[in-house]
Amino acid sequence: MNKMEKALSELSGMDRLAEQDSPLHRIHPSAKLLSTVLYVIVTVSFSKYDLSGLFPMILWPLLLFQISGITLRSCFYRLRIVLPLVMAVGLFNPFFDRTPVLKIGAFTVTGGMISMLTLMLKGVYCLMASYLLMATTGIDQLCAALRKMHFPRMLVTLLLLTYRYVGVMTEELAVMTDAYQLRAPGQKGIHISAWGSFQGQLLLRSMDRAQELYSSMLLRGYHEHFHYADVSPFHWTDLLYIAGSAAVFFFFRYFNTARLIGTFFVR
Amino acid sequence: MIDFQNVSFAYEKGDPVIDGISFTIPSGESVGLIGANGAGKSTVMKLLLGLLQGEGTIRVGGTPVIKENLAKIRAGLGFVMQNSDNQMFMPTVYEDMIFAPLNYGLSREDADLRVDRVLTQLGLEKLKYRHNHKLSGGEKRMAAIATILAMEPQVILMDEPSSALDPRNRRIVINLIRSLGQTKLIASHDLDMILDTCSRVILLSEGRIAADGPAEEILRNRELLEANRLELPLSLSPR
Repeated sequence: MNKMEKALSELSGMDRLAEQDSPLHRIHPSAKLLSTVLYVIVTVSFSKYDLSGLFPMILWPLLLFQISGITLRSCFYRLRIVLPLVMAVGLFNPFFDRTPVLKIGAFTVTGGMISMLTLMLKGVYCLMASYLLMATTGIDQLCAALRKMHFPRMLVTLLLLTYRYVGVMTEELAVMTDAYQLRAPGQKGIHISAWGSFQGQLLLRSMDRAQELYSSMLLRGYHEHFHYADVSPFHWTDLLYIAGSAAVFFFFRYFNTARLIGTFFVR
Repeated sequence: MIDFQNVSFAYEKGDPVIDGISFTIPSGESVGLIGANGAGKSTVMKLLLGLLQGEGTIRVGGTPVIKENLAKIRAGLGFVMQNSDNQMFMPTVYEDMIFAPLNYGLSREDADLRVDRVLTQLGLEKLKYRHNHKLSGGEKRMAAIATILAMEPQVILMDEPSSALDPRNRRIVINLIRSLGQTKLIASHDLDMILDTCSRVILLSEGRIAADGPAEEILRNRELLEANRLELPLSLSPR
């Protein structure tokens, strides 16, 4: 199995996770979407120096991982490519902001270090929340929820087809990579001299595939209106989920829980 | 009924791929479309489906194949593509099968019933929730046919339905085609399969009809086949 086939397998792995059954999977997709958006907004709204205030926000995704039965390991494994990028955000803060805020022995903690850690945590938390949403909802249910919330049809269709098309392009790339590797034994990756033609071929092939797929859709009655997955009706438990998660987020936002807990031990 | 009258098509001006062909296929007939590579078989299919627009007149059930009528015409035509990967674009077999019935206005309950009926008819119940990209070549081809049967079309068009299938799956597909009562137009290089499934054959050569008649008669005519870059079906070849 080459890298592309692995990527394809991981992509379908997300769909399989979304097909599992757990109390979180059973929550209405709109409720999960709203709760996740709220989580991201509240997380991002923390001040760049409020590291201790931000810490307890991890509790919500951790709780959801427990409820959904999805492992934290699978989350970090699937996010391994974007995590370094998120971690890189704020990497230069310690160089620009050298204001001392804390002294631990001889070591001075600067504002830049705190803001760097805060930015990193914000990124990681938001990724975890987004992963949970996708892993417990699936793209079809998510798009159905977006349509129910009256998001523009064109945007939602674009989102759904783009997600589907990633798989198609990855398949093409897998075939091309195999063909290349079989005639370039011992070579790691694609040699730079072949990059141009490789990309050109991929573009042409993916355009052909796209045209064929679109024809297949047209021939089966598609007319710019996608029939999204059936979404179960909105129950009071879904409302409770939104209200409960909002209450938790705002509590963490306006009460520094880490400091509150700390006061029990340090007076 | 399918009716082609003096139909021509060219991708580039002055170089026709289809050159003034005319034929009629009555309802319920099973017709094989044969010819060497580049003879125009797939183009005939695409013209009939309205994916390409040529000159001349094409009618399906008396309705001309023009832009305004495409939605109505396509509702009655089921096209099984040569490459099942290009046909199946949803994550699972079920979602792919329900795509067309929903587009043609069926409620989800009715569409579900239809999907189940087709899956039972083809003995593919176990494939229902399988992911498309995890299917084997044979399963994928059967699932692609199932997606088309879920449309309940009056006419079934198939482009190389037996390509890339092992002998057992090929036999299953042939038996399935034989069991379908609809009008069928099957483009293929597999002349043995055409012999097994079609009562009539249209032989295309360089965009023209070189022969049109009973399958047995045309497929036994070695001179005719060889003159058009084809060979006798294996089952009719002397050992």
